[in-house]
Amino acid sequence: MEELIELYKHPHNKGKLSDYDGEAREYSQTCGDDITIYVKLENGKVKDISFDGNGCVISMSTASKLTDFAKGKSIEDLEKMGIEDIFKLMGFEVGPARLHCETISLEALQKAIKNAKERR
Amino acid sequence: MLDPYRIREDFPILKTKVNGKQLVYLDNAATSQKPRQVINAISEYYRKYNANIHRGIYKLSEKATEKYVESKEKVAKFIGARGIEEIVYTRNTTEALNLVAIAWGEANIKEGDHILISEMEHHSNIVPWQLLAKRKKAKLDYVKINSETSLEMESLKEGLEKSPKIVSLTHVSNVTGTINEIKSIAKLVHESGALFLVDGAQSLPHMPVNVEDLSCDMLAFSGHKMLGPTGIGVLYARREILDSMPPFLGGGDMIKAVSYESAIWNDLPWKFEAGTSNIEGGIGLGAAIDYLKRIGMQNIHEHEKALTEYALKRMSEIRNVEVYGYGLEKLEKRSGVISFSIKGVHPHDIAQIFDSEGIAIRAGHHCAMPLVKKLISNGSVARMSFYLYNTKEEVDKAIDAIIKVKKMFGVE
Repeated sequence: MEELIELYKHPHNKGKLSDYDGEAREYSQTCGDDITIYVKLENGKVKDISFDGNGCVISMSTASKLTDFAKGKSIEDLEKMGIEDIFKLMGFEVGPARLHCETISLEALQKAIKNAKERR
Repeated sequence: MLDPYRIREDFPILKTKVNGKQLVYLDNAATSQKPRQVINAISEYYRKYNANIHRGIYKLSEKATEKYVESKEKVAKFIGARGIEEIVYTRNTTEALNLVAIAWGEANIKEGDHILISEMEHHSNIVPWQLLAKRKKAKLDYVKINSETSLEMESLKEGLEKSPKIVSLTHVSNVTGTINEIKSIAKLVHESGALFLVDGAQSLPHMPVNVEDLSCDMLAFSGHKMLGPTGIGVLYARREILDSMPPFLGGGDMIKAVSYESAIWNDLPWKFEAGTSNIEGGIGLGAAIDYLKRIGMQNIHEHEKALTEYALKRMSEIRNVEVYGYGLEKLEKRSGVISFSIKGVHPHDIAQIFDSEGIAIRAGHHCAMPLVKKLISNGSVARMSFYLYNTKEEVDKAIDAIIKVKKMFGVE
Protein backbone atom coordinates (compact mmCIF):
# COMPACT_ATOMS: atom_id res chain seq x y z
CA MET A 1 0.00 0.00 0.00
CA GLU A 2 2.79 2.43 0.89
CA GLU A 3 4.43 1.95 -2.49
CA LEU A 4 1.09 2.67 -4.20
CA ILE A 5 0.52 5.82 -2.17
CA GLU A 6 4.08 6.90 -2.99
CA LEU A 7 3.33 6.47 -6.72
CA TYR A 8 0.03 8.29 -6.25
CA LYS A 9 1.79 11.26 -4.78
CA HIS A 10 4.80 11.13 -7.09
CA PRO A 11 3.64 9.52 -10.32
CA HIS A 12 6.00 8.39 -13.07
CA ASN A 13 5.61 9.53 -16.67
CA LYS A 14 2.83 11.96 -15.89
CA GLY A 15 1.98 14.76 -18.33
CA LYS A 16 1.39 15.03 -22.03
CA LEU A 17 4.27 14.02 -24.36
CA SER A 18 5.37 16.89 -26.54
CA ASP A 19 5.79 14.50 -29.45
CA TYR A 20 3.48 11.51 -29.77
CA ASP A 21 1.90 9.33 -32.48
CA GLY A 22 -1.16 8.06 -30.66
CA GLU A 23 -3.38 8.97 -27.75
CA ALA A 24 -6.45 7.51 -26.07
CA ARG A 25 -8.61 8.65 -23.19
CA GLU A 26 -10.44 6.19 -20.98
CA TYR A 27 -13.04 7.20 -18.49
CA SER A 28 -14.53 5.17 -15.70
CA GLN A 29 -18.24 5.74 -15.33
CA THR A 30 -18.34 4.59 -11.74
CA CYS A 31 -15.25 6.15 -10.15
CA GLY A 32 -14.59 9.10 -12.33
CA ASP A 33 -11.05 7.85 -13.07
CA ASP A 34 -9.95 9.72 -16.14
CA ILE A 35 -6.78 8.62 -17.93
CA THR A 36 -5.21 9.59 -21.23
CA ILE A 37 -2.19 7.69 -22.54
CA TYR A 38 0.22 9.17 -25.10
CA VAL A 39 2.60 6.93 -27.07
CA LYS A 40 5.50 7.55 -29.39
CA LEU A 41 6.34 4.47 -31.47
CA GLU A 42 9.51 3.56 -33.35
CA ASN A 43 10.45 0.35 -35.17
CA GLY A 44 7.51 -1.57 -33.73
CA LYS A 45 8.39 -0.55 -30.19
CA VAL A 46 7.28 2.04 -27.68
CA LYS A 47 9.90 4.76 -27.77
CA ASP A 48 8.22 7.00 -25.25
CA ILE A 49 5.00 6.96 -23.26
CA SER A 50 3.19 9.11 -20.73
CA PHE A 51 -0.19 9.45 -19.05
CA ASP A 52 -2.32 12.28 -17.80
CA GLY A 53 -5.53 12.55 -15.79
CA ASN A 54 -6.72 11.83 -12.31
CA GLY A 55 -8.15 9.01 -10.29
CA CYS A 56 -7.72 6.84 -7.24
CA VAL A 57 -4.56 5.24 -5.84
CA ILE A 58 -5.08 2.05 -7.82
CA SER A 59 -5.62 3.66 -11.22
CA MET A 60 -2.84 6.20 -10.73
CA SER A 61 -0.23 3.75 -9.48
CA THR A 62 -1.11 1.27 -12.24
CA ALA A 63 -0.71 4.02 -14.84
CA SER A 64 2.75 4.82 -13.44
CA LYS A 65 3.89 1.19 -13.38
CA LEU A 66 2.40 0.30 -16.75
CA THR A 67 3.99 3.27 -18.49
CA ASP A 68 7.35 2.37 -16.90
CA PHE A 69 6.89 -1.22 -18.06
CA ALA A 70 5.83 -0.33 -21.60
CA LYS A 71 8.91 1.69 -22.45
CA GLY A 72 10.97 -0.16 -25.05
CA LYS A 73 8.50 -3.06 -25.26
CA SER A 74 7.25 -4.29 -28.61
CA ILE A 75 3.80 -3.18 -29.71
CA GLU A 76 2.88 -6.80 -30.36
CA ASP A 77 3.61 -7.82 -26.76
CA LEU A 78 1.68 -4.90 -25.34
CA GLU A 79 -1.33 -5.64 -27.53
CA LYS A 80 -1.42 -9.17 -26.16
CA MET A 81 -1.52 -8.09 -22.53
CA GLY A 82 -4.59 -8.90 -20.45
CA ILE A 83 -5.90 -8.52 -16.92
CA GLU A 84 -3.67 -11.30 -15.61
CA ASP A 85 -0.57 -9.47 -16.80
CA ILE A 86 -1.70 -6.35 -14.95
CA PHE A 87 -2.22 -8.37 -11.76
CA LYS A 88 1.30 -9.75 -12.18
CA LEU A 89 2.77 -6.32 -12.83
CA MET A 90 1.04 -4.76 -9.84
CA GLY A 91 1.38 -7.76 -7.52
CA PHE A 92 -2.23 -7.67 -6.37
CA GLU A 93 -5.77 -8.30 -7.54
CA VAL A 94 -8.74 -6.13 -6.69
CA GLY A 95 -12.40 -7.00 -6.20
CA PRO A 96 -14.98 -6.52 -8.96
CA ALA A 97 -15.89 -3.01 -7.80
CA ARG A 98 -12.34 -1.77 -8.28
CA LEU A 99 -11.31 -3.96 -11.22
CA HIS A 100 -11.67 -1.17 -13.73
CA CYS A 101 -9.34 1.03 -11.68
CA GLU A 102 -6.60 -1.54 -12.30
CA THR A 103 -7.35 -2.15 -15.98
CA ILE A 104 -8.22 1.33 -17.23
CA SER A 105 -4.59 2.18 -18.10
CA LEU A 106 -4.12 -0.96 -20.15
CA GLU A 107 -7.30 -0.21 -22.08
CA ALA A 108 -6.07 3.31 -22.76
CA LEU A 109 -2.60 2.05 -23.74
CA GLN A 110 -3.95 -0.49 -26.23
CA LYS A 111 -6.29 2.09 -27.71
CA ALA A 112 -3.45 4.62 -27.97
CA ILE A 113 -1.38 2.08 -29.93
CA LYS A 114 -4.37 1.46 -32.19
CA ASN A 115 -4.80 5.19 -32.60
CA ALA A 116 -1.13 5.56 -33.59
CA LYS A 117 -1.48 2.81 -36.21
CA GLU A 118 -4.59 4.44 -37.65
CA ARG A 119 -2.90 7.80 -37.91
CA ARG A 120 -0.15 6.44 -40.09
CA MET B 1 -36.78 10.64 20.51
CA LEU B 2 -36.45 7.21 18.99
CA ASP B 3 -34.12 4.56 20.31
CA PRO B 4 -31.86 3.42 17.47
CA TYR B 5 -30.54 0.49 19.53
CA ARG B 6 -34.04 -0.93 19.88
CA ILE B 7 -34.76 -0.31 16.21
CA ARG B 8 -31.55 -2.12 15.22
CA GLU B 9 -32.95 -5.31 16.73
CA ASP B 10 -35.46 -5.36 13.86
CA PHE B 11 -32.76 -5.28 11.17
CA PRO B 12 -31.05 -8.68 10.88
CA ILE B 13 -28.40 -7.45 8.45
CA LEU B 14 -27.01 -4.96 10.96
CA LYS B 15 -25.51 -7.88 12.89
CA THR B 16 -23.32 -8.73 9.89
CA LYS B 17 -19.54 -8.62 10.20
CA VAL B 18 -17.53 -7.11 7.35
CA ASN B 19 -13.78 -7.70 7.22
CA GLY B 20 -14.08 -8.99 10.76
CA LYS B 21 -15.66 -5.72 11.91
CA GLN B 22 -19.22 -4.90 12.82
CA LEU B 23 -21.04 -3.55 9.74
CA VAL B 24 -21.64 0.20 9.90
CA TYR B 25 -24.10 0.97 7.15
CA LEU B 26 -23.92 4.60 6.06
CA ASP B 27 -25.13 4.35 2.48
CA ASN B 28 -28.81 4.92 3.13
CA ALA B 29 -29.23 7.50 0.39
CA ALA B 30 -28.49 4.67 -2.07
CA THR B 31 -30.76 2.11 -0.44
CA SER B 32 -31.99 1.37 3.07
CA GLN B 33 -31.79 -1.88 4.98
CA LYS B 34 -35.00 -3.84 5.63
CA PRO B 35 -36.62 -4.69 8.96
CA ARG B 36 -37.82 -8.24 9.64
CA GLN B 37 -41.41 -6.96 9.45
CA VAL B 38 -40.91 -6.19 5.75
CA ILE B 39 -38.96 -9.36 5.05
CA ASN B 40 -41.66 -11.40 6.80
CA ALA B 41 -44.51 -9.72 4.91
CA ILE B 42 -42.90 -10.63 1.61
CA SER B 43 -42.12 -14.18 2.64
CA GLU B 44 -45.62 -14.61 4.07
CA TYR B 45 -47.11 -13.61 0.73
CA TYR B 46 -45.12 -16.33 -1.03
CA ARG B 47 -45.70 -18.92 1.69
CA LYS B 48 -49.39 -18.31 2.26
CA TYR B 49 -51.26 -16.51 -0.50
CA ASN B 50 -49.21 -16.17 -3.67
CA ALA B 51 -51.56 -15.72 -6.64
CA ASN B 52 -51.96 -13.25 -9.46
CA ILE B 53 -54.11 -10.31 -8.52
CA HIS B 54 -57.39 -9.04 -10.08
CA ARG B 55 -59.96 -11.26 -11.73
CA GLY B 56 -58.96 -14.44 -9.93
CA ILE B 57 -62.20 -16.12 -8.78
CA TYR B 58 -60.64 -17.90 -5.85
CA LYS B 59 -59.62 -17.14 -2.28
CA LEU B 60 -55.87 -16.84 -2.77
CA SER B 61 -56.20 -14.32 -5.57
CA GLU B 62 -58.75 -12.36 -3.57
CA LYS B 63 -56.39 -12.20 -0.62
CA ALA B 64 -53.42 -11.16 -2.77
CA THR B 65 -55.52 -8.47 -4.47
CA GLU B 66 -56.79 -7.21 -1.13
CA LYS B 67 -53.28 -6.95 0.31
CA TYR B 68 -51.94 -5.25 -2.81
CA VAL B 69 -54.76 -2.68 -2.86
CA GLU B 70 -54.37 -2.20 0.88
CA SER B 71 -50.72 -1.26 0.33
CA LYS B 72 -51.86 1.51 -2.03
CA GLU B 73 -54.26 2.76 0.63
CA LYS B 74 -51.33 2.91 3.04
CA VAL B 75 -49.24 4.87 0.55
CA ALA B 76 -52.10 7.26 -0.19
CA LYS B 77 -52.62 7.97 3.51
CA PHE B 78 -48.90 8.25 4.16
CA ILE B 79 -48.49 11.12 1.69
CA GLY B 80 -51.96 12.68 2.04
CA ALA B 81 -53.31 11.69 -1.39
CA ARG B 82 -57.09 11.64 -1.89
CA GLY B 83 -57.23 7.95 -2.68
CA ILE B 84 -55.57 5.00 -4.36
CA GLU B 85 -56.55 6.29 -7.79
CA GLU B 86 -53.75 8.82 -7.34
CA ILE B 87 -51.13 6.16 -6.53
CA VAL B 88 -49.41 4.51 -9.50
CA TYR B 89 -46.82 1.85 -8.79
CA THR B 90 -43.65 1.89 -10.85
CA ARG B 91 -40.29 0.14 -10.49
CA ASN B 92 -38.66 3.11 -8.77
CA THR B 93 -38.38 6.90 -8.77
CA THR B 94 -36.60 6.80 -12.12
CA GLU B 95 -39.47 4.95 -13.77
CA ALA B 96 -42.03 7.28 -12.17
CA LEU B 97 -40.21 10.32 -13.59
CA ASN B 98 -39.89 8.63 -16.97
CA LEU B 99 -43.59 7.79 -16.91
CA VAL B 100 -44.39 11.50 -16.70
CA ALA B 101 -41.76 12.51 -19.27
CA ILE B 102 -43.05 9.89 -21.69
CA ALA B 103 -46.82 9.61 -21.18
CA TRP B 104 -47.54 13.20 -20.15
CA GLY B 105 -44.69 14.63 -22.23
CA GLU B 106 -45.78 12.99 -25.47
CA ALA B 107 -49.27 14.45 -25.16
CA ASN B 108 -48.40 17.89 -23.84
CA ILE B 109 -44.96 19.05 -25.02
CA LYS B 110 -44.64 20.69 -28.41
CA GLU B 111 -41.78 22.21 -30.37
CA GLY B 112 -40.42 25.30 -28.66
CA ASP B 113 -42.04 24.55 -25.28
CA HIS B 114 -39.95 25.01 -22.15
CA ILE B 115 -39.26 22.41 -19.46
CA LEU B 116 -37.64 23.58 -16.22
CA ILE B 117 -35.44 21.47 -13.93
CA SER B 118 -32.42 22.42 -11.78
CA GLU B 119 -28.68 22.01 -11.61
CA MET B 120 -28.93 19.84 -8.49
CA GLU B 121 -30.96 17.02 -10.02
CA HIS B 122 -30.12 13.33 -10.01
CA HIS B 123 -29.59 11.88 -13.49
CA SER B 124 -33.08 10.38 -13.26
CA ASN B 125 -34.55 13.87 -13.24
CA ILE B 126 -32.32 15.12 -16.04
CA VAL B 127 -32.03 12.45 -18.71
CA PRO B 128 -35.78 11.73 -19.24
CA TRP B 129 -36.28 15.46 -19.89
CA GLN B 130 -33.28 15.65 -22.20
CA LEU B 131 -34.76 12.79 -24.20
CA LEU B 132 -38.21 14.43 -24.27
CA ALA B 133 -36.76 17.81 -25.27
CA LYS B 134 -34.85 16.15 -28.08
CA ARG B 135 -37.87 14.23 -29.35
CA LYS B 136 -40.10 17.29 -29.32
CA LYS B 137 -37.53 19.99 -30.11
CA ALA B 138 -38.44 21.57 -26.78
CA LYS B 139 -36.13 23.67 -24.57
CA LEU B 140 -34.74 22.33 -21.32
CA ASP B 141 -33.82 25.06 -18.81
CA TYR B 142 -31.98 24.71 -15.50
CA VAL B 143 -32.49 26.62 -12.27
CA LYS B 144 -29.01 27.57 -11.08
CA ILE B 145 -27.64 26.73 -7.66
CA ASN B 146 -25.67 29.17 -5.50
CA SER B 147 -22.48 28.71 -3.51
CA GLU B 148 -24.47 27.32 -0.58
CA THR B 149 -25.77 24.62 -2.94
CA SER B 150 -29.36 25.78 -2.74
CA LEU B 151 -31.60 26.85 -5.61
CA GLU B 152 -31.06 30.41 -6.78
CA MET B 153 -34.50 31.99 -6.45
CA GLU B 154 -33.76 34.65 -9.05
CA SER B 155 -32.84 31.94 -11.51
CA LEU B 156 -36.05 30.07 -10.70
CA LYS B 157 -38.07 33.21 -11.42
CA GLU B 158 -36.22 33.74 -14.70
CA GLY B 159 -36.97 30.17 -15.67
CA LEU B 160 -40.64 30.58 -14.82
CA GLU B 161 -40.87 33.75 -16.92
CA LYS B 162 -40.38 31.53 -19.96
CA SER B 163 -43.70 29.85 -19.07
CA PRO B 164 -42.51 26.26 -18.86
CA LYS B 165 -45.15 23.57 -19.26
CA ILE B 166 -43.69 21.54 -16.43
CA VAL B 167 -41.24 22.11 -13.59
CA SER B 168 -39.53 19.07 -12.08
CA LEU B 169 -37.37 19.55 -8.99
CA THR B 170 -35.87 17.39 -6.30
CA HIS B 171 -37.15 17.81 -2.75
CA VAL B 172 -33.82 16.87 -1.16
CA SER B 173 -30.46 16.65 -2.94
CA ASN B 174 -28.89 13.20 -2.86
CA VAL B 175 -25.44 14.82 -2.88
CA THR B 176 -25.55 17.88 -0.62
CA GLY B 177 -28.64 17.02 1.42
CA THR B 178 -30.08 20.46 0.66
CA ILE B 179 -33.81 20.56 1.40
CA ASN B 180 -35.59 22.69 -1.18
CA GLU B 181 -38.45 24.86 -0.02
CA ILE B 182 -41.00 23.04 -2.13
CA LYS B 183 -44.01 24.73 -0.59
CA SER B 184 -42.98 28.26 -1.49
CA ILE B 185 -41.59 27.12 -4.85
CA ALA B 186 -44.93 25.43 -5.63
CA LYS B 187 -46.70 28.75 -5.23
CA LEU B 188 -44.43 30.40 -7.80
CA VAL B 189 -44.66 27.44 -10.18
CA HIS B 190 -48.46 27.44 -10.09
CA GLU B 191 -48.62 31.20 -10.59
CA SER B 192 -46.67 30.65 -13.78
CA GLY B 193 -49.23 28.08 -14.88
CA ALA B 194 -46.83 25.13 -14.98
CA LEU B 195 -47.35 21.65 -13.56
CA PHE B 196 -45.10 20.83 -10.63
CA LEU B 197 -43.45 17.43 -10.30
CA VAL B 198 -41.31 16.70 -7.24
CA ASP B 199 -38.61 14.04 -6.92
CA GLY B 200 -39.12 12.77 -3.39
CA ALA B 201 -36.61 9.91 -3.46
CA GLN B 202 -34.50 11.48 -0.70
CA SER B 203 -37.28 13.12 1.31
CA LEU B 204 -40.05 10.53 1.67
CA PRO B 205 -37.91 8.09 3.70
CA HIS B 206 -36.62 10.74 6.08
CA MET B 207 -39.24 13.38 6.93
CA PRO B 208 -42.98 13.95 6.96
CA VAL B 209 -44.15 14.64 3.39
CA ASN B 210 -47.71 15.59 2.55
CA VAL B 211 -48.71 16.39 -1.01
CA GLU B 212 -51.52 18.73 0.05
CA ASP B 213 -49.18 20.66 2.27
CA LEU B 214 -46.43 20.83 -0.38
CA SER B 215 -49.07 21.53 -3.05
CA CYS B 216 -47.15 19.65 -5.70
CA ASP B 217 -49.08 18.14 -8.61
CA MET B 218 -46.98 15.01 -8.82
CA LEU B 219 -44.47 13.24 -6.59
CA ALA B 220 -42.11 10.38 -7.38
CA PHE B 221 -40.34 8.13 -4.87
CA SER B 222 -38.82 4.68 -4.33
CA GLY B 223 -39.78 1.92 -1.92
CA HIS B 224 -36.28 0.56 -1.42
CA LYS B 225 -34.93 3.76 0.12
CA MET B 226 -37.69 3.70 2.78
CA LEU B 227 -37.25 0.20 4.24
CA GLY B 228 -39.23 -1.45 1.42
CA PRO B 229 -38.02 -3.91 -1.21
CA THR B 230 -36.39 -2.97 -4.51
CA GLY B 231 -38.47 -2.89 -7.67
CA ILE B 232 -41.36 -0.86 -6.28
CA GLY B 233 -41.71 2.88 -6.68
CA VAL B 234 -44.55 5.35 -6.64
CA LEU B 235 -45.86 8.08 -8.84
CA TYR B 236 -48.42 10.19 -7.07
CA ALA B 237 -50.34 12.51 -9.37
CA ARG B 238 -53.54 14.45 -8.95
CA ARG B 239 -56.47 12.49 -10.31
CA GLU B 240 -57.24 15.12 -12.98
CA ILE B 241 -53.71 14.83 -14.38
CA LEU B 242 -53.77 11.04 -14.53
CA ASP B 243 -57.22 11.13 -16.11
CA SER B 244 -56.11 13.33 -18.96
CA MET B 245 -52.78 11.55 -19.45
CA PRO B 246 -52.53 8.78 -22.06
CA PRO B 247 -51.32 5.38 -20.78
CA PHE B 248 -47.63 4.62 -20.31
CA LEU B 249 -47.27 0.94 -21.19
CA GLY B 250 -49.90 -1.17 -22.89
CA GLY B 251 -50.93 -4.69 -21.95
CA GLY B 252 -53.04 -6.67 -19.54
CA ASP B 253 -54.57 -5.05 -16.47
CA MET B 254 -54.47 -1.54 -17.89
CA ILE B 255 -57.56 -2.08 -20.06
CA LYS B 256 -61.28 -2.62 -19.51
CA ALA B 257 -62.04 -4.08 -22.90
CA VAL B 258 -60.00 -4.82 -26.00
CA SER B 259 -61.13 -5.44 -29.56
CA TYR B 260 -58.94 -5.99 -32.59
CA GLU B 261 -59.32 -2.30 -33.40
CA SER B 262 -59.03 -0.55 -30.06
CA ALA B 263 -59.09 -0.73 -26.29
CA ILE B 264 -60.83 1.04 -23.45
CA TRP B 265 -58.50 2.07 -20.66
CA ASN B 266 -58.99 0.78 -17.17
CA ASP B 267 -59.85 3.05 -14.24
CA LEU B 268 -57.16 4.82 -12.25
CA PRO B 269 -54.62 3.88 -11.10
CA TRP B 270 -54.65 0.60 -13.04
CA LYS B 271 -54.58 2.41 -16.40
CA PHE B 272 -50.87 2.97 -15.71
CA GLU B 273 -49.98 -0.53 -14.55
CA ALA B 274 -49.70 -2.89 -17.50
CA GLY B 275 -48.95 -6.55 -16.92
CA THR B 276 -48.69 -8.51 -13.70
CA SER B 277 -47.77 -6.09 -10.94
CA ASN B 278 -44.91 -6.33 -8.49
CA ILE B 279 -47.24 -7.84 -5.89
CA GLU B 280 -44.57 -8.69 -3.31
CA GLY B 281 -43.16 -5.20 -3.81
CA GLY B 282 -46.47 -3.54 -3.03
CA ILE B 283 -47.02 -5.72 0.01
CA GLY B 284 -43.47 -5.10 1.21
CA LEU B 285 -43.86 -1.36 0.76
CA GLY B 286 -47.08 -1.46 2.75
CA ALA B 287 -45.24 -3.18 5.61
CA ALA B 288 -42.44 -0.61 5.39
CA ILE B 289 -44.93 2.24 5.73
CA ASP B 290 -46.50 0.56 8.75
CA TYR B 291 -43.05 0.41 10.32
CA LEU B 292 -42.18 4.03 9.52
CA LYS B 293 -45.52 5.27 10.84
CA ARG B 294 -45.05 3.38 14.08
CA ILE B 295 -41.70 5.09 14.65
CA GLY B 296 -42.98 8.44 13.37
CA MET B 297 -41.53 10.43 10.49
CA GLN B 298 -40.89 13.49 12.65
CA ASN B 299 -38.94 11.34 15.11
CA ILE B 300 -36.88 9.90 12.27
CA HIS B 301 -36.18 13.38 10.98
CA GLU B 302 -35.10 14.62 14.43
CA HIS B 303 -32.88 11.60 14.96
CA GLU B 304 -31.08 12.09 11.65
CA LYS B 305 -30.74 15.80 12.33
CA ALA B 306 -29.03 15.08 15.65
CA LEU B 307 -26.63 12.62 13.99
CA THR B 308 -25.91 15.11 11.20
CA GLU B 309 -25.23 17.87 13.70
CA TYR B 310 -22.85 15.64 15.62
CA ALA B 311 -21.07 14.46 12.46
CA LEU B 312 -20.71 17.98 11.05
CA LYS B 313 -19.31 19.20 14.37
CA ARG B 314 -16.73 16.46 14.52
CA MET B 315 -15.80 16.83 10.85
CA SER B 316 -15.33 20.58 11.25
CA GLU B 317 -12.62 19.82 13.81
CA ILE B 318 -10.56 17.84 11.30
CA ARG B 319 -8.19 19.72 9.02
CA ASN B 320 -8.30 19.26 5.25
CA VAL B 321 -11.73 17.70 5.26
CA GLU B 322 -14.26 19.57 3.17
CA VAL B 323 -17.99 19.09 3.62
CA TYR B 324 -20.44 20.18 0.92
CA GLY B 325 -23.84 21.76 1.39
CA TYR B 326 -25.24 23.70 4.31
CA GLY B 327 -23.18 23.90 7.48
CA LEU B 328 -24.11 23.68 11.14
CA GLU B 329 -25.61 27.16 11.21
CA LYS B 330 -28.31 26.11 8.74
CA LEU B 331 -28.86 22.58 9.92
CA GLU B 332 -32.63 22.74 9.42
CA LYS B 333 -32.06 23.25 5.68
CA ARG B 334 -30.24 19.96 5.16
CA SER B 335 -30.90 16.26 5.52
CA GLY B 336 -28.69 13.46 6.82
CA VAL B 337 -26.68 13.18 3.62
CA ILE B 338 -23.08 14.34 4.06
CA SER B 339 -20.81 14.54 1.04
CA PHE B 340 -17.19 15.26 1.80
CA SER B 341 -13.68 15.07 0.49
CA ILE B 342 -10.24 14.76 2.05
CA LYS B 343 -7.57 16.90 0.47
CA GLY B 344 -5.32 14.90 -1.84
CA VAL B 345 -7.20 11.61 -1.49
CA HIS B 346 -9.48 10.19 -4.17
CA PRO B 347 -12.98 9.43 -2.77
CA HIS B 348 -12.73 5.83 -3.96
CA ASP B 349 -9.72 5.32 -1.77
CA ILE B 350 -11.63 6.88 1.13
CA ALA B 351 -14.47 4.41 0.57
CA GLN B 352 -12.03 1.49 0.34
CA ILE B 353 -10.39 2.35 3.65
CA PHE B 354 -13.82 2.82 5.24
CA ASP B 355 -14.73 -0.63 3.96
CA SER B 356 -11.66 -2.11 5.61
CA GLU B 357 -13.19 -0.80 8.87
CA GLY B 358 -16.55 -2.36 8.00
CA ILE B 359 -18.10 1.01 7.14
CA ALA B 360 -20.20 1.21 3.98
CA ILE B 361 -20.19 4.63 2.33
CA ARG B 362 -20.48 5.65 -1.31
CA ALA B 363 -17.95 7.44 -3.49
CA GLY B 364 -18.19 8.86 -6.97
CA HIS B 365 -20.55 11.14 -8.84
CA HIS B 366 -23.69 9.84 -7.07
CA CYS B 367 -25.63 9.86 -10.34
CA ALA B 368 -25.52 13.65 -10.31
CA MET B 369 -22.46 14.29 -12.50
CA PRO B 370 -23.27 17.92 -13.41
CA LEU B 371 -23.74 18.86 -9.75
CA VAL B 372 -20.71 16.99 -8.41
CA LYS B 373 -18.53 18.47 -11.18
CA LYS B 374 -19.69 21.87 -9.97
CA LEU B 375 -18.70 21.09 -6.39
CA ILE B 376 -15.29 19.60 -7.14
CA SER B 377 -13.34 19.51 -10.38
CA ASN B 378 -12.53 15.78 -10.35
CA GLY B 379 -16.28 15.06 -10.25
CA SER B 380 -16.16 12.69 -7.31
CA VAL B 381 -16.97 12.96 -3.60
CA ALA B 382 -17.40 10.54 -0.70
CA ARG B 383 -20.82 10.43 0.91
CA MET B 384 -22.24 9.10 4.14
CA SER B 385 -25.97 9.12 4.72
CA PHE B 386 -27.91 8.29 7.88
CA TYR B 387 -31.15 6.56 8.73
CA LEU B 388 -33.22 5.68 11.76
CA TYR B 389 -30.97 2.80 12.86
CA ASN B 390 -27.68 4.71 12.83
CA THR B 391 -26.05 5.70 16.11
CA LYS B 392 -23.64 8.31 17.41
CA GLU B 393 -21.21 5.50 18.03
CA GLU B 394 -21.26 4.74 14.30
CA VAL B 395 -20.56 8.39 13.51
CA ASP B 396 -17.52 8.10 15.81
CA LYS B 397 -16.33 5.07 13.84
CA ALA B 398 -16.67 7.06 10.61
CA ILE B 399 -14.66 9.92 12.11
CA ASP B 400 -11.96 7.45 13.18
CA ALA B 401 -11.90 6.13 9.62
CA ILE B 402 -11.39 9.64 8.25
CA ILE B 403 -8.44 10.05 10.59
CA LYS B 404 -7.07 6.70 9.42
CA VAL B 405 -7.36 7.77 5.76
CA LYS B 406 -5.47 10.97 6.51
CA LYS B 407 -2.75 9.06 8.31
CA MET B 408 -2.29 6.53 5.49
CA PHE B 409 -2.06 9.27 2.89
CA GLY B 410 0.06 11.53 5.05
CA VAL B 411 -2.50 14.35 4.92
CA GLU B 412 -1.85 17.08 7.49
